[in-house]
Amino acid sequence: MIEQLDQIFVIAKRELIGRVPSEFQPIASVLLSILPLLAVFPGLFALTTVLERKGLGRIQNRYGPNRVGPCGMLQPVADGLKTLFKETIQPRAADRVLFFLAPVFLVIPALLAYSVIPFGRNMVPLDMEGALLFFFAVGAGTELAVFMAGWASRNKYSLLGAMRAIAQMLSYEIPLILSAVPVVMLSGTLSPARIVDAQNIYTAGIAHWNVFTPWGIAGFVLFLIAAAAESNRSPFDLPEGESEIIAGYYIEYSGFKFALFFLGEYLGLFAICGLGITLFLGGWTAPFSFLTWIPSWIWFFTKLFALICLFIWVRGTMPRVRMDQLMNFAWKFMLPLALINIVAAAAWRFTPMLGFKWLVSATIIGAGYFALGQGLTRKTQYTKRTYRFAT
Amino acid sequence: MPLSFYILASFTIISAIAAMSLRNLVHCALCLALTFLGVAGLFLQLNAGFLAFAQILVYVGAVAILIVFAILLTRGTEQPQEKWATGLLLSVPLTIIVAAILLNAVFSTKLAVGAPAENPPPVRDLGVALLTSHVIPLEIIGLLLTVALLGAVVLALPERAPELEGQGGTST
Repeated sequence: MIEQLDQIFVIAKRELIGRVPSEFQPIASVLLSILPLLAVFPGLFALTTVLERKGLGRIQNRYGPNRVGPCGMLQPVADGLKTLFKETIQPRAADRVLFFLAPVFLVIPALLAYSVIPFGRNMVPLDMEGALLFFFAVGAGTELAVFMAGWASRNKYSLLGAMRAIAQMLSYEIPLILSAVPVVMLSGTLSPARIVDAQNIYTAGIAHWNVFTPWGIAGFVLFLIAAAAESNRSPFDLPEGESEIIAGYYIEYSGFKFALFFLGEYLGLFAICGLGITLFLGGWTAPFSFLTWIPSWIWFFTKLFALICLFIWVRGTMPRVRMDQLMNFAWKFMLPLALINIVAAAAWRFTPMLGFKWLVSATIIGAGYFALGQGLTRKTQYTKRTYRFAT
Repeated sequence: MPLSFYILASFTIISAIAAMSLRNLVHCALCLALTFLGVAGLFLQLNAGFLAFAQILVYVGAVAILIVFAILLTRGTEQPQEKWATGLLLSVPLTIIVAAILLNAVFSTKLAVGAPAENPPPVRDLGVALLTSHVIPLEIIGLLLTVALLGAVVLALPERAPELEGQGGTST
């Protein structure tokens, strides 16, 4: 019974394909993998918007949306209808083709990224070797879409926002990928399904999740910070800094095109959270062996929900960083620490005995963290600010 | 040749032609990104997944962005009106020389023509080959990239604040 509940979607898919004539079976299989993704994650986006607005409201000591439907739960429906019926305004000087294509090219990579994430046992839409590289490769496509949006609007603020966004995404992509490298090294594969299998081992009732190792903790924290920056989440939401450049690269977008930008941003966040779960939090596996009876897909979505809540919490708590702080943090702190983390993972692999492994690996990371912190904070002397081009 | 090859090849060639002939430089750069994407598709069709994704990651994710940044930061996006005859005088010999070098290289290379591999070699083999039989080229490329990175950092260092006028005498 529990086995069947765990595999309920796999069984349902097999049943449905069995009803289709054999010549259409490959295409039916592909459609049955794609359609749930298209239904579940935009639906999750709608739920997350209302959760985020209510959560932020609570953090900021106000109610949040509470008018539409019971407890304001139908707010996303109202928002969706509003964006659908709003007039789409296009600036006269805008580049028509690129202005139209930019939101499309932003959503497509975010959706493609879901094709390699294992959502449960035997539930990975596209299992291939090098799938991790595929994830990062499609993520690279969003940068061009952001540029297209910023440039095609013919607006100074949108171009500035696009430049900021691209600089930020390029800078944080490096620590993001480097923080995933130790996992690939230790599990010896680039396939997310294999990486989850490598973590699905229990010693004394506790799972071998990568986050339960020193390099895993460091890697997971680095990954989360870089993921927040990649998906333009607060405290790294400089590209849309309202107080400085109005709304960044999508100022000129209105109506449904704006909704697509919003959707693309959240889909990117969910995808990168899913990858973080796969790499560090054991994917669909249970943390303790006595909890393995809970279906695998429930574990995945529970973890996803927890990470989303964490990001909402961070957004409500942290102030926005400054541009130079953002760049310094990526290049002077996160990049070296990610490289040190790779060394620590190698030490973990080649030292004997669990206690000794912990000692060596944690010492390397701790020494690196301490040295970086000392080096970065030592020379900070705050003087009166001087301006070159202003008084 | 399967149909997918012709679709991908025509996509690549058409976007390459567009990248050469469009008037707006930013459009050209974006078409070039499409060309890179088409080449990655061709790799994928030859069952070389790792190469295809690395191509997208490096060329679409980094090189295309670099080109776009270079265009935007160094000059206006509108094509200046150049003298047609002098352009022709320069470009025709240059084109012939470059084409001769490239064609010579293409025709002197022995290509192993055959069906695409049924089972692509696993990524692990690729890594082992890079760190054993091809370790010297890999390290030379790594050195080259490090030097380029250091050069970029040196270029990006903040300018020295100009000396106070009348004291140092250095012109700004």
